[in-house]
Amino acid sequence: MSEMNMAKAINLALHEAMEKDETVIVMGEDVGLDEGVFRITEGLYAKFGENRVLDTPLAESAIMGTAIGMALYGLKPVAEMQFSGFSYYAYHQMEGHAARFRNRTRGKRSCPLVMRAPYGGGIRAIEHHSESREAIYAHTPGLKVVIPSSPRNARALLHSSINDPDAVVFYEPKASYRLFKEEVPDTMETFPIGKAQVLKTGSDITLISYGASLKITLDACEILEEDHNIHCTVVDLLTIVPMDTQTIIESVVKTGKAVVIHEGPRTCGIGAEVVARINEEALLYLDAPVKRVTGFDTPIPFFSKEKFYLPDTGRIISAVKETLAF
Amino acid sequence: MLLARRLDERYLAMQRQGRIGTFPQASGHEAISMGSVMAINKSDYHVPAYRELVGFLYRGWSIETLLLYWMGYEEGAQVPDGINDLPSCVPVASQLLHATGIAMAMKLKREKNVVLTYIGDGATSEGDFHEALNFASVFSAPVIFICLNNQYAISVPVAKQMKSQTVAQKAIAYGIPGIRVDGNDVLAVYKATCEAVERARNGLGPSLIEGLTYRITPHTTADDPKKYRSIEESNEWLKREPLIRLEKYLMDKKILTKVKKQEMEELIEKKIKDAIDQAPKIIQERDLDNPELMFNYLYDEVPSHLVKQKEELLGYLKQNNKELKLAHNH
Ligand SMILES: Cc1ncc(C[n+]2csc(CCOP(=O)(O)OP(=O)(O)O)c2C)c(N)n1
Repeated sequence: MSEMNMAKAINLALHEAMEKDETVIVMGEDVGLDEGVFRITEGLYAKFGENRVLDTPLAESAIMGTAIGMALYGLKPVAEMQFSGFSYYAYHQMEGHAARFRNRTRGKRSCPLVMRAPYGGGIRAIEHHSESREAIYAHTPGLKVVIPSSPRNARALLHSSINDPDAVVFYEPKASYRLFKEEVPDTMETFPIGKAQVLKTGSDITLISYGASLKITLDACEILEEDHNIHCTVVDLLTIVPMDTQTIIESVVKTGKAVVIHEGPRTCGIGAEVVARINEEALLYLDAPVKRVTGFDTPIPFFSKEKFYLPDTGRIISAVKETLAF
Repeated sequence: MLLARRLDERYLAMQRQGRIGTFPQASGHEAISMGSVMAINKSDYHVPAYRELVGFLYRGWSIETLLLYWMGYEEGAQVPDGINDLPSCVPVASQLLHATGIAMAMKLKREKNVVLTYIGDGATSEGDFHEALNFASVFSAPVIFICLNNQYAISVPVAKQMKSQTVAQKAIAYGIPGIRVDGNDVLAVYKATCEAVERARNGLGPSLIEGLTYRITPHTTADDPKKYRSIEESNEWLKREPLIRLEKYLMDKKILTKVKKQEMEELIEKKIKDAIDQAPKIIQERDLDNPELMFNYLYDEVPSHLVKQKEELLGYLKQNNKELKLAHNH
């Protein structure tokens, strides 16, 4: 076991995957010599060289489009979008092709690739560097969407994503890259894609979150317990598509109440999907409507107002209390 | 140019103090911005990327407004009345299509105006660059594309970005004039841009101008150039940077004297200091920290769901302040 932050853990997974399987290649803007603007690809260029770590020209559509070609021809590209906010240039390739090849060729062609993208606010960045648009990818049939929340699950889930036979969007909460450290096992591990984790069990209410919002959800849970004697179950989705409905429902059936927390906008967000599934499968177990604590339906503001936009413990606690008082 | 340089240096100091966020430094790009922007009129349109500090100042943006942008306020992108500009554009190359569209509209309206737009060397790899050049060419749009070739796109040198010898030669493929000029020579840039503007005004369509310079600073305040280039290389280019060159030229021609330069420096320092002092006051007077502003400008009319979300946030903040105050009282 050794302690590391999420940036290091993702880096470790890339090293391990490239060592284990020589078809794995890393590509993107500034991922080679510069080792990535967040230093996620540290040491890869030195160790694996320019044939397996590609500093590409500045063109996201070309990065994902050629990654698709490589995947079709037997490589396993792990392509980086420097910021998720610039991945829209590549969206056409993801939606029009990565997501569809298997289906439209009836299984004869497929795109086992990973699109890594740092997402989310909280780092005082300028425009287009802070959004959370996982819902766009989640709304695109044929893509899997994985969002880690801690060093250990980031490393394990990146391995699973690279091993996955289909195209995976791996959204990395950049504000969590160096936020905290966690024990990571010495040997390589994988976590199943499509499986949520229950991190805490409490009988009063279920808090459902993922990625960047998971840490504040846990913080809120602690405050609720200590200061308000309210006991929460916390579900970390980890995979957005395919979503682990069963784990959500099992918990909601027990607690009868739930709040969903995420950074992305509310309308047609992941929370809307979670609430719909709860309504479909556990409506009669509910004691109160399920609340959403989310980013608002505005672009994430320039950083002077980020604090108002991003869900915080206060907003989670209010939502929990309102739900309990219903 | 000197104002832009000193302002850029002050930004850096402010960034280090945490008073502004990450920003791309403009120092070293003054000659390309200045030489080109001087060639258009007020009624023409200016569509910058994000390193055109000189362009903004020349077009009449106040330092206070520019500061707001880097201090994390949308009001820094609020184009001042009477200025035909777009604000900074961060997703690289995308602005070229807006510039081309504006130029197409000018042509459709039978106006004699032109558009000046900017792009870096790295951004020429994006599809939007090629699409913009092609559209501009096909529709004979009165737009001038200025490429600030500072030889790096963050860590990627031009030689790894493209195999073409120059950016200018890409114009050939689109059937439009392309020229490379010394981007540290403000007069050379001015001359080339004047010619391109003249062509555009006379209905002869777009041009591509590449100004060759060097990014003498890191890419942004978050970048560490030691990882990808040598100090020797940077020092070599530092000697050729545009301000030293222009100063030497003007002194040789006796247009500028040491005394005059000193006066300019003092004037500029005061101007920058005043603006920096003024910015927080503007924030207060215009109530720019008000979270309501997040919701008010998204659409012409605020839709009901946003009204509701706004009320939700304001209610929450109000209640929380109350709770905080209560806690203090106890
Ligand atoms: C579409 C898009 N992808 C990635 C980025 C991140 N990024 C910002 S600047 C930059 C390099 C730009 O290089 P260049 O075009 O040469 O202009 P320079 O910054 O050197 O002036 C990159 C990759 C971005 N802003 N937009």
